[in-house]
Amino acid sequence: MAKEAAIQALPVGKGSLWKKYLADWSLIWSVPLFLLALWIYFAQTNQLNQLFPKPEELITTTIRFIKDGTLAANLQISAARAFGGLAIGGSIGFVLGIATGLYRRADQVLNTPIQMIKSVPRLAILPLILVWFGIGETSKIILIALSTFFPIYLNTFHGIRSIEAGLLEMGHIYGLTRWEMFKDIIFPGALPSVMIGFRQSLGGTWLILIVAETVAAKSGIGYMATNAREYMMMDVIVLSMIMYALLGSISDLLAVQLTKRLLRWNPNYRR
Amino acid sequence: MSGYRIELRHVNKYFGDTQVLRDINIEIEPGEFVALVGKSGCGKSTLLRLISVLDRQSGGEIRIQDRLVDKIDANVRFLFQDARLLPWKNVWQNVILGSPERSRDKAYQALAAVGLSGREEAWPSDLSGGQRQRVALARALVGTPKVLLLDEPLSALDALTRLNMQQLIEKLWKQLGLTIILVTHDVSEAVNLADRVILLDDGQITLDKSIELARPRVRSIDTAHYEHLILSHIMGDEAGKNLAEEYVI
Repeated sequence: MAKEAAIQALPVGKGSLWKKYLADWSLIWSVPLFLLALWIYFAQTNQLNQLFPKPEELITTTIRFIKDGTLAANLQISAARAFGGLAIGGSIGFVLGIATGLYRRADQVLNTPIQMIKSVPRLAILPLILVWFGIGETSKIILIALSTFFPIYLNTFHGIRSIEAGLLEMGHIYGLTRWEMFKDIIFPGALPSVMIGFRQSLGGTWLILIVAETVAAKSGIGYMATNAREYMMMDVIVLSMIMYALLGSISDLLAVQLTKRLLRWNPNYRR
Repeated sequence: MSGYRIELRHVNKYFGDTQVLRDINIEIEPGEFVALVGKSGCGKSTLLRLISVLDRQSGGEIRIQDRLVDKIDANVRFLFQDARLLPWKNVWQNVILGSPERSRDKAYQALAAVGLSGREEAWPSDLSGGQRQRVALARALVGTPKVLLLDEPLSALDALTRLNMQQLIEKLWKQLGLTIILVTHDVSEAVNLADRVILLDDGQITLDKSIELARPRVRSIDTAHYEHLILSHIMGDEAGKNLAEEYVI
């Protein structure tokens, strides 16, 4: 508040405000822009060998892939796998996290097996999943669900366990029903933690998806990259990486916006 | 008067092997304002929790309006030391939790009564400590309870805000005719507000004194002597105790 007032008090005209924005933006993008410039420079002076695509190749390939629908089709299938896996793994994690968070019995029963499965690296399970489910969609969605499960499960559990006892006591003495206790106190109290888990899961989703699509797929962005490797199509490989980066950052941006919206009561999440 | 009568008979409370309340007998008249005073750990908060059924006594009976208390009752409201507002609900949504019929109108009225009109849509994190405690007070009063239990609700507030809140509580008590039990370690607060001060020491009542002073009370030689009397009882100072008793009688 004080900061805002101070900024407003400064005699800042519209022009200098624009300059400030511009300065900020150029700082934020300075490193990527520098690398881009470097790349273009080396390409123009013919210093790039075969292992690096040229900028114009990348652009023409991108346009070609957009025109013939390859990019859209692959993006679509990758996104569907990611969100399908996230939805399944996330909701199971959320429900089990609530169960173990609320009921000590559920915690006793479920904690050991969950911790055991958690200790196995997700990629070590990949061969097993491939043998059991083949290279169809099921195996990829199971793999993603498995990796998104844990962050949401653990954070939901932790969020519920860390709700202030005083608030629960308040709800108790004000005669809230069990449902009201959950909806008004337990769920919103655990939500900041759940959202942290959600963001972690989202990040993990793309990582696992790349592996799944690289190892065992006939479509998707990862397949596009693996396939291109066979033919040394460096521009397609780079395009795939850019697509992953875009998918990852756009989904993270949406998650951040959702978090801000849901937790707008919390001063830490405002602005 | 619309307050309820409270009666405690031979109330005992153990936590494990330690006895925190020993044979407590108190009768509180409808509409009476009683202050429970004592050092920390003397059992005063525990007593309040027993009356509100947040805890159960190990022995003895507690009756409110001649009914044995056995479950949480909307006629008995509790104000904690911290406001305990739900940070994810705005002010009126917090207050409405205290209204059994979940009436938004009543929530707004209760907020007006504690002087918070216009802040209904604010988040608790945007309020000051005193304002938060006012919201908690509105939440306690919105369901028109008959008994209000105050567990050191003002101890975390600064001196000026505390004076303000004391006046507000006294005003609302007069308007509504509630029975109030105020737990406090602030002797002058007790003398300022209460009809009667009960002193607890090591789980026992060591003093039960009516404060016969006109309201609104201002600090004077009379309040000073009541304070001295109570303090000397707390300190166990025999000479001072006798002197103070003489003056009051």
